[in-house]
Amino acid sequence: MEKTLFLILSAVAIIGALVTVTRKNPLGSAIGLIVTFVALSGLYFTSDAPFVGALQVLVYAGAIMVLVVFVIMLLNLPEGELEEEKIPPRSWALAFFSVVPLGFLCIAQILSTKFEDKEPVGEGFGSVKAVGQLLFGDYLLQFEVVSLLLLVAIVGAIVMAKKRL
Amino acid sequence: MTYTIVNHVLDYFELEQGGLWSLIGAIAVWAAPITGFVAIVGLVSIWLERKISAHIQCRLGPMEVGPHGLLQTLADGIKLLGKEDLVPKNADRALFALAPMMVFAATFVSFACIPFSEKAIIADLDIGIFFIAAVGSLEAIGVVMAGWSSNNKWSLFGAVRAATQVVSYEIPLSLALLAGVLCAGSMSLVDISQAQGGWIWSWFIFRNPFMWIMFLIYFIASLAECQRAPFDLPEAESELVSGFHTEYSGMRFAIFFLAEYGKMYVVSAVGVVLFFGGWLSGIPAIDGIGGITGNLIGAGVMITKSFLLVCVQMWIRWTLPRIRLDQVMDLCLKYLLPISLVCLMLIAVWQGLMPTFDEFGIAMIAAMALGFMQMRRIYRKAIEASKTRLSLPTMKV
Repeated sequence: MEKTLFLILSAVAIIGALVTVTRKNPLGSAIGLIVTFVALSGLYFTSDAPFVGALQVLVYAGAIMVLVVFVIMLLNLPEGELEEEKIPPRSWALAFFSVVPLGFLCIAQILSTKFEDKEPVGEGFGSVKAVGQLLFGDYLLQFEVVSLLLLVAIVGAIVMAKKRL
Repeated sequence: MTYTIVNHVLDYFELEQGGLWSLIGAIAVWAAPITGFVAIVGLVSIWLERKISAHIQCRLGPMEVGPHGLLQTLADGIKLLGKEDLVPKNADRALFALAPMMVFAATFVSFACIPFSEKAIIADLDIGIFFIAAVGSLEAIGVVMAGWSSNNKWSLFGAVRAATQVVSYEIPLSLALLAGVLCAGSMSLVDISQAQGGWIWSWFIFRNPFMWIMFLIYFIASLAECQRAPFDLPEAESELVSGFHTEYSGMRFAIFFLAEYGKMYVVSAVGVVLFFGGWLSGIPAIDGIGGITGNLIGAGVMITKSFLLVCVQMWIRWTLPRIRLDQVMDLCLKYLLPISLVCLMLIAVWQGLMPTFDEFGIAMIAAMALGFMQMRRIYRKAIEASKTRLSLPTMKV
């Protein structure tokens, strides 16, 4: 059953990603991205990481995408104003050189991993407790640095939005 | 034909035979009872809403179909099934069809994590409460899809308002959820309920004074989250026709309606689990029964408590007027957010320093009763004063 679920969810994720990049309508793309996020969250759930899966839905699909959709709706461009996008050859080359090495890396990594040697994950893997102990124990410094980064982003947004404080 | 294609695919990926069928079977076995329960919750709540609104306005409400109009909602449902399914000419057809399903699915999935009693729960997830919060946030996307795809400016306004409101009120709501998690030390809804075992004063709402404030914040934020009055700006009838579902008719409209009442129940059930002891009745002799009888009693207690909270939501809807959008945002960002942050901190300190003892819970109940009576006296006095000042005529009933 896990295998079937994996296949279905990954197919949905890929279709969502394709819809995201091919739809001309910005809202259609945004909905495609939401579908991808929800499918990814399903993949996390099936691979014993429910906390990360729920975070994926709460933060990306629930909060960030609502804001994205909100901005698209506020601008509300009529169909005609969306110009046909011409992709210059330089962009094609750039895309090629950035995506192909990454793809090679991924495939090489998958092929070189010996799945038979891996131990199955222990009890409580991916639970809130395990994730919390990792975040606030082993990776405390990184966690605090990232939170500082977020604080800077918030302050920056307020400064940009409100010229006179 | 389809069977053979499916089998070829399964063979190609070396899947165990019947993997897909067991998946479909699992979906059918678990989804069917939830669907039935959501439908019953919808029927009962819509009837309750009509009756409560009617009695608040000195009317009788539906009386014809069944005893006291009990079957009126069923009749309306059948009527909606037979209605024409209209899609506006310039609507985005795919999104228009998808939106009600999205809204319903968001509500529907949360039912899987709500415990009706110790054993009667579909998925006792380790992250139960977090899962409900996550899935609930998807509802906003469905509302936005409905508003945008209808290609109608009133629908769009409704959707924009819904998105603003839901995203903002999610923060105090999640902080209030965290308060319960802090007290229980777990995110599983079953563990949170069991942490409140014992007499009625061991419920979390009586544990410390800040939990009481947290419950009020949770309740206000959940009203906004369900888009109920006084926060019903997304479907404000007097301004936006009926907001994001203006263009919907027939069964699609019915699904929106069902999702709204389902969401009200989910929010109330989570509130009951967090603050009012879940399925525990507050009397140790009853809670200790166990077995099938105990679970049945627990389910009855849980459903009764949840419906009581749903009734309070309705009572508020038919009592308070709608507030403006800027007032909605002010309330959330200037009052609820700072208060809930301070409360969460104080609850954590209390939880760390104070031992839990029963006497405090009893004292809390007594203080709340006294406070309530004092409020009632002040309120009565104010009414008397306004009557003499304005010399209002006394109402004849």
